Amino acid sequence: MSTNIQERKIIIEIKDLKKSYGDNHVLNGFNMTLHEGENLVIMGKSGSGKSVMIKCLIGLETADSGSIMVMGEQIGELSRTTLDEIRTEIGFLFQGSALYDSMTVRENLEFPLRRHTKKFGVLKDTTPLVMQALENVGLAHAVNLMPAELSGGMKRRIALARTLILQPKIILYDEPTTGLDPITAKEILILMKSIQEKYNTSSIIITHDVDCARVISNRMILLVEGINYAEGTFDELSTSTDPKVQAFFK
Amino acid sequence: MNAIFKIIELIKSFLLEIGELSYFAGRFFRESFRRPFEFKEFLRQCFYMGNRSLLLVAVTGFIIGLVFTLQSRPTLLEFGAVSWMPSMVSISIIREIGPIITALICAGRIGSGIGAELGSMRVTEQIDAMEVSGTNPFKYLVVTRIMATTLMLPLLVFFGDAIALFGSYLVENVKGHVSFLLYFNQVFNALEFGDLIPATIKSFFFGFAIGLVGCFKGYYCKKGTAGVGVAANSAVVYTSMLLFIIDFIAVFVTNIFYDL
Ligand SMILES: Nc1ncnc2c1ncn2[C@@H]1O[C@H](COP(=O)(O)OP(=O)(O)O)[C@@H](O)[C@H]1O
Ligand SMILES: [Mg+2]
Repeated sequence: MSTNIQERKIIIEIKDLKKSYGDNHVLNGFNMTLHEGENLVIMGKSGSGKSVMIKCLIGLETADSGSIMVMGEQIGELSRTTLDEIRTEIGFLFQGSALYDSMTVRENLEFPLRRHTKKFGVLKDTTPLVMQALENVGLAHAVNLMPAELSGGMKRRIALARTLILQPKIILYDEPTTGLDPITAKEILILMKSIQEKYNTSSIIITHDVDCARVISNRMILLVEGINYAEGTFDELSTSTDPKVQAFFK
Repeated sequence: MNAIFKIIELIKSFLLEIGELSYFAGRFFRESFRRPFEFKEFLRQCFYMGNRSLLLVAVTGFIIGLVFTLQSRPTLLEFGAVSWMPSMVSISIIREIGPIITALICAGRIGSGIGAELGSMRVTEQIDAMEVSGTNPFKYLVVTRIMATTLMLPLLVFFGDAIALFGSYLVENVKGHVSFLLYFNQVFNALEFGDLIPATIKSFFFGFAIGLVGCFKGYYCKKGTAGVGVAANSAVVYTSMLLFIIDFIAVFVTNIFYDL
């Protein structure tokens, strides 16, 4: 399976990405490719720049240098409209779910639908799409609740539904299981897998959870000191003799 | 030596802050003219702000009117000038006390609320989530809020003024047996457009300052939950300072016009 994924089309390619905040050199020449239908796991210590990298990828942060190609377009050179169009094809699951506190679950899901009008046009009735997205994550009954009334696991599911509602081709997960108990984390993982199979999406999963990486990855990259320190399948990396690599699997 | 360096650093950071705030204000004006205008969110904010501060403004206004009249009464009595009470109260309330007290209350109520709300949206990445959902968060969150405070503050000031005058009337009615008609007749006789217009213009600026600083502090909130508290708190402190500066300038400018 993994060999033939490597032969598929490349949809994201990052070359020599650098980003600093003052004297804090977070990324020092990071390289990465994502193939169609692939689940790429990126592991790194807390504060190693995983979130910064993924935010550069979607244009929330601007890179200092390097190139980021997403579906043939160079992020960073795009007009706002083109960037918005690309963003409809990329779902982003934020680290802390990032649900809008002041809106109900339904309004949370409608927000991207009503604003990214290019994909589905201007919708009169968003109910079918909202309900479908909620059913995908098994929370159709929560449609009228406020985020404050949801548990951590439910919030993560709703956030997932919100990223899925535009039916993106690529999904970026920023620590999807962090802060959840092991059982809920497992449920989220199963959900991620089923979504992957149902919609045939490609994903980048940022995590420091070894179980998560084992279950979901086709390929892994270890981010150490701002570069892609090691790369390979879970089995290859977990049996590596390099102490820096081994530190991740203890 | 060390103290001097510290003071220089403080002045530097203050000037830097002023610079950033002006840049933020400039961005507000640029983005206000760009379509689409988030009208629904603007209305929601207006309603929310009015709803949140109406009672507070009413109670404070009422007490200020009451106390102010009670306190001035003995002095005016001494001079045999109690009949001037309505004119004196109305002019001081409309010109100065109404706007500044209402603005200070709203800085505490609305300004800190905006700082905390936007701050927590920043910290929990809700602002980033908006951005990737094809919405300009500056327009959606900042422009609407600043416009709402700018519009709502003069309305709240009118409302506060009216309640304060009513409080003052109650005292006069009980103590001096002045009728409602007589009292307000004197109030309107004493007031001129020259009192009302500068006060209203001033209130617009007060509202703008409250929204601007609240949004500025929240939008650039530091990461971490402590950042949210700092954002809310410093929003109130900076706004209050700014309000007095605006008030000072307003009095200056108004006096120039009176002298003409
Ligand atoms: N907006 C920012 N301003 C300054 N420093 C930042 C900013 N965002 C991230 N950093 C710094 O970049 C480093 C990497 O952060 P991050 O990517 O969030 O780590 P993680 O790998 O845990 O997701 C941290 O040292 C953090 O302090
Ligand atoms: Mg992170």
